[in-house]
Amino acid sequence: MATAQSRRLARWMSMPAIIVLLLWMVVPLAMTLYFSFRRYNLNYPDRQGWAGWNNYYYFLTDPAFAAAFQNTLVLVIGVLIITVVGGILLALLLDQPFWGQGIVRVLVIAPFFVMPTVSALVWKNMFMNPVNGLFAHAAQAVGLQPIDFLGHHPLSSIVGIVAWAWLPFATLILLTALQSLDREQIEASEMDGAGFGARFFYIILPHMTRSITVVILIQTIFLLGIYAEILVTTNGGPGTQSMNLPYLIAVTTTQQDVGGAAAGGVIAIILANIVAIFLMRMIGKNLES
Amino acid sequence: MARAVTPQRKATVTVLAWVVGLVIFFPILWTVLLSFKTEADAIGTPWHVLASSWTTEAYATVQQRSDYLHHFWNSVILSLGSTVIGLIIGIPSAWAMAFVPGKRTKDVLMWMLSTKMMPATGVLVPIYLIGIKTGLLDTRTGLVIVLTLINLPIIIWMLYTYFKEIPGEILEAARMDGASLWNEIRYVLTPMAIPGIASTLLLNVILSWNEAFWTLRLTTTNAAPLTAFIASYSSPEGLFFAKLSAASTLAIAPILILGWFSQKQLVRGLTFGAVK
Amino acid sequence: MGQITLQQVTKAFGDVEVIPPLDLTVDDGEFVVFVGPSGCGKSTLLRLIAGLEDITSGKILIDGKDASHTPPAKRGLAMVFQSYALYPHMSVRKNIAFPLKMAGLSKAEQDAKVDAAAKVLNLGSYIDRKPGQLSGGQRQRVAIGRAIVREPSAFLFDEPLSNLDAALRVNMRLEISELHNQLGTTMIYVTHDQVEAMTMADKIVVLQAGRIEQVGTPLDLYRRPDNIFVAGFIGSPKMNFITGEAAAREGAHTIGIRPEHLTPSPDGGMMQGRVSVAEHLGSDTFMYVETDQHGTLTVRAGGEVAFRHGDRIGLTPMVEHLHRFDESGQAIR
Repeated sequence: MATAQSRRLARWMSMPAIIVLLLWMVVPLAMTLYFSFRRYNLNYPDRQGWAGWNNYYYFLTDPAFAAAFQNTLVLVIGVLIITVVGGILLALLLDQPFWGQGIVRVLVIAPFFVMPTVSALVWKNMFMNPVNGLFAHAAQAVGLQPIDFLGHHPLSSIVGIVAWAWLPFATLILLTALQSLDREQIEASEMDGAGFGARFFYIILPHMTRSITVVILIQTIFLLGIYAEILVTTNGGPGTQSMNLPYLIAVTTTQQDVGGAAAGGVIAIILANIVAIFLMRMIGKNLES
Repeated sequence: MARAVTPQRKATVTVLAWVVGLVIFFPILWTVLLSFKTEADAIGTPWHVLASSWTTEAYATVQQRSDYLHHFWNSVILSLGSTVIGLIIGIPSAWAMAFVPGKRTKDVLMWMLSTKMMPATGVLVPIYLIGIKTGLLDTRTGLVIVLTLINLPIIIWMLYTYFKEIPGEILEAARMDGASLWNEIRYVLTPMAIPGIASTLLLNVILSWNEAFWTLRLTTTNAAPLTAFIASYSSPEGLFFAKLSAASTLAIAPILILGWFSQKQLVRGLTFGAVK
Repeated sequence: MGQITLQQVTKAFGDVEVIPPLDLTVDDGEFVVFVGPSGCGKSTLLRLIAGLEDITSGKILIDGKDASHTPPAKRGLAMVFQSYALYPHMSVRKNIAFPLKMAGLSKAEQDAKVDAAAKVLNLGSYIDRKPGQLSGGQRQRVAIGRAIVREPSAFLFDEPLSNLDAALRVNMRLEISELHNQLGTTMIYVTHDQVEAMTMADKIVVLQAGRIEQVGTPLDLYRRPDNIFVAGFIGSPKMNFITGEAAAREGAHTIGIRPEHLTPSPDGGMMQGRVSVAEHLGSDTFMYVETDQHGTLTVRAGGEVAFRHGDRIGLTPMVEHLHRFDESGQAIR
């Protein structure tokens, strides 16, 4: 497969993809970096010039940044905990033999295919609405005061909505991992006298470690960028209670503050890259095998 | 070998699994139910909702809003357009890396993946400005370009893992059998690669259909797909449960059906081949 | 119509030279086996001949014409791959017809040739199935079928039997030998199994680290190995090697004696030892004898020999079958 002719051909064939991705990566990145050091507001086109670290200074010292940073962490970690723990439990359940496996699988996966704006709006109105939502009806039926979820617990509510959308992803991947576990290993451990608990902690969990890591890393990449759910539910509010970094940067862009938004963008890139490095190592290892 | 399980145990698991499955699925089910109610019935108690009569009124209203179809077509064009262009760029590249790996192939693959890790918010500003300068803001062309680029790494990776599974010896056999490069691609490679290409296409249509950052930030009305259309229901209109439900049902139904077909490939695609 | 000559052929992957300059001639109609341990370069050599890899320097002549840079399809060779490399989406018939279709033959010609090949290889009953529905042996036959319809000037086999179970392997070995007798076409066959080499070859090429250690008929290599490597590689069970004083007495650094050239006796003998394991195969008996003087030696005796584990026996080598090697491992003749 490795004649000089095919090599030359291969180089030409991979060129288009490499070139467009290179442009896609380098051009915006360079521009973001450049703007982040510029005074540049679309509303005041005459005020231009170098801003030094000012954009970073204003972005980082904005009280909204601290809140957004914290909220981003809560959002990512909260959703991760729910989806990973829930995903493991669900995978264990769905791996058992039962009637209608195919149908239940389909039901469980479904939320993943719901577009973020739909899932957020459905939850916001049909479930969490303090007057007409299902939860309000349920609370009234047992004589409780309905809770204004998005008004009083905006961040936890968003965590719930996002977790619902990502639980299928975690379940699906962990179930796949579980099904690849050699049944003979389980049988051997049973012969060795391992009960369910021991089997889970010594055989099943170690087998799933890799997949769990993959789930965590990939979800983190996506969860760091959560935007639509916040836009349609709370707009980041009340105040900055449910504002995360992408939302804050988007808001800064909307205010036409290009320099500030670019500085925020650079910070988001740095944060994402910290996660990305781990993910890339994992996948890179897989590539060798 | 699946071991025999006692019927009692199987029954218990069945009940439990169905309950959990239905709970997770319930929001979707409820949305579909509400979409067949009148606005007045839809905001009633659950018992009232179930007991009230059925109607397709909400769908008719959504249909009458002339812009629904417009957004639906935008979604179709954006997701199919970006996927097809992505495949056209991605297939040769993945082919080359899978079958003629060089010393740097692995680095190139990892680098392509790293472009996917770049947060959208990090490059929002320049893309936005480029959009304004080139006049591509809020156009389908502009959005197809962006969606193609953000999904290209996934497309190449998925294709790469599928192509990798085609044994190189088979292509060598074709060469020994006298097939020219064109015949090799036509008679041997393509038939063997089609399942992989099909699932790549499917997954990317789904991802692009549901993409909700760029589609929201770079469009206003012209190129706005369903994600943005639904977002417009966010405040006052959200109170019209039946209409919201009908619009939501229409927005998610096609992709839900595609998604169920592609659930096996989903795992591989979303984990870049790290989990099969 | 099938003479292949390699002249000073080399192959390097980057800085690593896997084939140092190598000369070899395969005559028309010959059955040549490349044999050697894994990683010895035998498959690379075959792929160089096939044109699937570029040679780094040197020349490959096919029927006297320089084919060094001819693409694989134009060399007039057919190859049977280790994994069979059948096209999974095509039926057996289409698999076999594929090279004919590529050559632009008419449908009728294709059918006639496929039917003829199917008859030779007994493929009739599964001609319309897909490869996935066939057993390993059947796939092997289809792969051979695909090779013979092209009427190539030579067949190349890359470890074709290594994925089959032992019994089937013996059968296919016979079938390939018969095919060779029937067609009389040049065949180059790569294997790591010296039994396959010995049973099938007209000429064996023993390779190690890309170098040809010896070329000769099976019996040549068995009787007159050029060096320790060939002596140890050819023959089963392996030749016994003894170094030290006993070798020095024969004027050699190492002496070799095949297991079948050691005669066991209940007592006496030139060497004495204790039987650690005795394998009774019925036709033969293999014994592993811990000798007092020369470590463990393997002995092959007749099936009627009744020694068991723990017995003390004597061993006498047949001096006329003694092989002598110098310090560099070359045979002293």
